[in-house]
Formats: sequence, structure tokens, C-alpha cells
Amino acid sequence: MNKIDQLFRQKKNILNIYLTAGFPQRDDTVPVVLELEKAGVDMVEIGLPFSDPLADGPVIQHSSTAAIQNGITLQKIFQQVREIRKQSEIPILLMGYLNQMMAYGEEAFLEEAARSGADGLIIPDLPADFYNRHYRQKAESLGLKMVFLISPQTGEARIRIVDEACSGFLYVVSSASVTGNKAAMQTEQQAYFRRIRNMQLKNPTLIGFGIHDRHTFETACQYAHGAIIGSAFIRTLEKPGSLQQNIQEFIKTIRS
Amino acid sequence: MNYNPDEQGFYGEFGGAFVPEMLYPNVEELQQNYLKIINSDSFQTAFKQLLKDYAGRPTPLYFASRLSKKYNTRIFLKREDLTHTGAHKINNTIGQILVAQHLGKKSIIAETGAGQHGVATATVAALAGLPCIVYMGETDMERQAPNVARMRMLGAEVRPARSGSRTLKDATNEAIRHWINHPETYYLIGSVVGPHPYPDMVARFQSVISEEMKKQLSEKTDCDHPDKIIACVGGGSNAAGAFYHYLDNEKVELIAVEAEGLGVDSGETAATTQTGSEGIIHGSRTLLMQNAEGQITEPYSISAGLDYPGIGPLHAFLFKNRRGTFMGATDREALDAAFELTRLEGIIPALESAHALAALKKIRLKPDETVVVNLSGRGDKDMETYLKYLNKDQ
Repeated sequence: MNKIDQLFRQKKNILNIYLTAGFPQRDDTVPVVLELEKAGVDMVEIGLPFSDPLADGPVIQHSSTAAIQNGITLQKIFQQVREIRKQSEIPILLMGYLNQMMAYGEEAFLEEAARSGADGLIIPDLPADFYNRHYRQKAESLGLKMVFLISPQTGEARIRIVDEACSGFLYVVSSASVTGNKAAMQTEQQAYFRRIRNMQLKNPTLIGFGIHDRHTFETACQYAHGAIIGSAFIRTLEKPGSLQQNIQEFIKTIRS
Repeated sequence: MNYNPDEQGFYGEFGGAFVPEMLYPNVEELQQNYLKIINSDSFQTAFKQLLKDYAGRPTPLYFASRLSKKYNTRIFLKREDLTHTGAHKINNTIGQILVAQHLGKKSIIAETGAGQHGVATATVAALAGLPCIVYMGETDMERQAPNVARMRMLGAEVRPARSGSRTLKDATNEAIRHWINHPETYYLIGSVVGPHPYPDMVARFQSVISEEMKKQLSEKTDCDHPDKIIACVGGGSNAAGAFYHYLDNEKVELIAVEAEGLGVDSGETAATTQTGSEGIIHGSRTLLMQNAEGQITEPYSISAGLDYPGIGPLHAFLFKNRRGTFMGATDREALDAAFELTRLEGIIPALESAHALAALKKIRLKPDETVVVNLSGRGDKDMETYLKYLNKDQ
């Protein structure tokens, strides 16, 4: 069984941490993921640094720019995922943009992602219907989960379409924002989370964007199967001091 | 051949709407309404009235006799430089501000490179009484200071884009991010780029250029079409407008001129068709400049309006199907062409348009041919650059 499906069967209140591959240093991807696992994180989302990340805010964009300058490449990231797989069974998602996938060759990209040991993909600018037409068969035959996003503006009919194309889990974007916006968990957002919970969707859900501390994480867990933290973790990686210690301390502030 | 996009906004394999889900509702709202709105009588009446009384259309089709003599052919200039705000950009912004009003939008955002689209957007936002934010690369803000001042005087807030090369590409990224954070705003895109329906909608608004050209040519010559139309291409909106009513007429050669910057092989260029490959930029599948990893390359041109690393999907389609002739002009060639036009005809062109003029030296022209160069804008905003080179040359 795919590691993501297995995780959702076994656990509640899932903590998924986003990291940018090749950041803060090119070869930090493997140690950061292993440290996250040690700290009790359930799943990781490894960002493929892109020059023009439309869905991301300044914090993740900055980390991507730095990682590209560090010399990270898709080939190196696949190697890093292979390295993680030798030492860990943690579910791994790769998050990148469609242009990177096209430049690599779509089929080759999907094959290499699966071969390296990744369990699923998030491509925020890949529309669900385009995925169904062009890549779904291939991704499913490789056993890759494809995670799609919905936002507070997504209408009910559209949510059903996205949920149908989606596998692994549905990524519930907390508010109308790019990543790193802290205005999550207002009353109206909670009404939206409740609405999604009551829709009886095919996929489990994780809430992301704006989750940055214990309070926002726990609130998200009330409405979904867990949450994703990105920008707040990237900021942690930039703090002075030991990477290991900073990661352990950060995760402790989210859940202990 | 069909040059209209299909329902999903594809010109062949190019186009579409590849946007994060957070933008899907905005884009879908526009997709479902734009044709209905712009085909309505009330829209058409208001649009035509504003084009005529506010923008100053029709713009003249000027027979450039001294330029014609020099190149031993018959050259007309379509004078988009004579519109209100000084460039073709006003055609599109008038159209889109009316669409925004029809959709009940209360604020406007835009991106700009040279500032011409920013000024045109700030102008129509003032006209409509809507607040307006324009994103502009920090580098462009420095080299196009007069346009920044104009936008501010018109009441727009100009926000610097500080990522990447701090030019048009980055301003576009920032505008799209702002749109994600404020889905209630109307994003007024300045060229035939972006997710469907923008490329088609902007081309339709700019098609007034070739519509007038047809009529004016039949008045001035014995034929309603030229043998060649030359236009510069960054994103490609003035070219799309100049080509639009001739796309199906194979007798007309459509010549698109990109900015080669310091040279195609110099690494300092914006010549997308010569150095680019297929990919996704700003929500549409098209040709763009990128490395093997799919990282989008920083473009360069002396002209802030042309240093964009992609072209619109219609142009990618024209390029791939060889309906369009794509070529380039370097910074130097554009400057020489600008000085030549100024001295021969007393018209100072925008640096963008100067790239189109530079093509006259590079193509084979016959004495009995009719050539239209789309003079997309005037050169006031580029005076500082021109003076720098003028002083250097003398």
C-alpha cells in the first residue's frame, strides 16, 4: 500500500512539514528530513525550487532562490530522495511547478519520482482536468498519489471534480493567500473547514497555508486529518545555531 | 487555419489556463463572461465611444515618404503613438476596465514593464473612479521614472517588485500573487499573455488596429491589405492587434520582431523564439526562455517593454506553424532605427517600436510592395536612454 494511504489509515492529527530541497545548503535535504522524522513529523513535502513560484509567498520564494544558487537540480533532488529512502519510511511528497515537470519531460519526471521513492506529487498550477486527460493514467500506474488544492473560493461542484482527480489527500488552503500568510483560523475560515468536513469527500484532508504554531495546528486538526506547515519551518531553518536543535525545538512548539 | 482559441483557450498546443486553484474561480468567472460582455451592444457602444473620444481613434495611417524612399518601397506607419497616453496599450485598458465594471469589480491591479501599460491602466482606473495598484520591477522604475511619476499623478499606487531581475517578469509574478491574496480585485493584464481568456480578450481589444488599417489602406491605396506588417513583440499585444484581421489572409506576411538585446548568443537577450522552448509561464503554455531545469531565464533588452522571457500563446502558434516570420533586432539596431526615423520623418518612436523599424534593414523589400510598420508607442519615456546614446555617438 502507498505510504500516504497507510499513514492516513493509522494516524490522526497528521503533521506534514514542507521543506525546500537544497536549503539552507544544497546537501541539507537528507539530514533535514531525517531530523524531522526523529522529531515525530508524519510526512514531508519536499519543494522543488522554482524561479517563479506563483503560489508561494516571499519566505518560500527566497528559500527557492537560495537553493537554486546552491546548485540544486531535479537530478540531485531525486538522488536525495533515494538517499532518504535507504534510511527512512516517512511518506514523501514532491511539490513543484508544471514547467519543471515539462522541462524534465512529463513521463520521465513521473517515472523518476516514483523510482526515487517519492509517494506523491503536488503541482499547484496543474489543473485537475488537465491531469485527468494527460497524466493520470501514468501516475496511477506508477502508484504515485496526486494531491490537489482547494481554496475558500472553490465552489462545491469544483471541489467534487478536484476530489475525484485527487488521491492521497486533499490540500485545503486555509485562506485566499499565497503561502506564508498568517491570517488563518478566523471564524469564516472555520465555517469553510466545517463545510468541507461535511461534504463527505473521497479523500482525507490536510489544511495548509497560514499554519505556523501549536494553536493553528490544533485548530486545523479539529476540522481535518492534520495540517501542513511551510513558511514557519523555512524561517526556522534560517535561524542561527544547530540545524538539528532548531528542528527539534520547532516541532516541540507544534506538538510534544 | 483557425486562429481563435478553443474553449479551453488553446491555440493548438499553446495557451490554456495553468493557474493555482486559488485563482481558478477568478479565471473561470472571466472565461464564462468575457465574450458575452464584449459582444453586448452596451459594451460595444461604450468601448467604441471611448476609443474615439477619449483615446483619439482612429489613429492615422501615415505614408512615410522619406523612409519609403530610403528603403525603396511603400512604407506606412500605423500611428499608435498618437493615442492618449502614447501607446497602443490604451485600447486594451479601455476594454478591460469596462469588463471589470460589468463584473462589478471594485479595484484594479496591473503589472507593467516600460510603464506604458501601467500608465494606461492608471488612466482608465482614474476614469472609472477605481483604486489601482501597479506592480513594476524596481529596475524598470529607475529606467522609466517619468512613467512612474505619471502613474502616481493619476492616483495609482506603484509597488516595486524586488525579486529576480526586478523587471516585467517579476512584476507579473507579484501581481498574480496579489490577485491570489485579493480575489475580489480585477487583474488587468497588459499583453496577450496569461491564462485563458486574457490572450484572446487582449487580442480582440487590440484588433482595432488592423480593423482600421484595412479601411485606411483601401482609402489610400488600391488594396485593403499590405504585403507585409511589421510589429515588435515582447508579450505581443501590439503585434496581435496589427495582425488580427489579416491572420487568415496568407497574402500578408506577418513579421514579428523580438528584442535580441546584446545579441542572441550573448546571454543578454529577450529573443524568445530564437532562444526559448515550450513551457508554462504566467498561467499559459507557450514559448519561453528557460534552462534545462525549467528555471525561467532573466531576459534582457534595452527596452523595458520587451524584456519578457515569453511570448503570448497566439504568437507561439504563429511561430510554430510558420504563419508568422519571427526575427530579432539588437539594442544597437533598434537605437539606429529610432534615430533614423526621427531624422527622416520627425517622429521619435518608443524603443519597443524601434525594434520593428529595425527590421526594415533586414528584410527584402520590393519597390511595388506596401509595408505597414506598427508604431506602437512614442519615445518620450525613452528620452533618457536616447540622449545617453546620442551623446556617446557624437
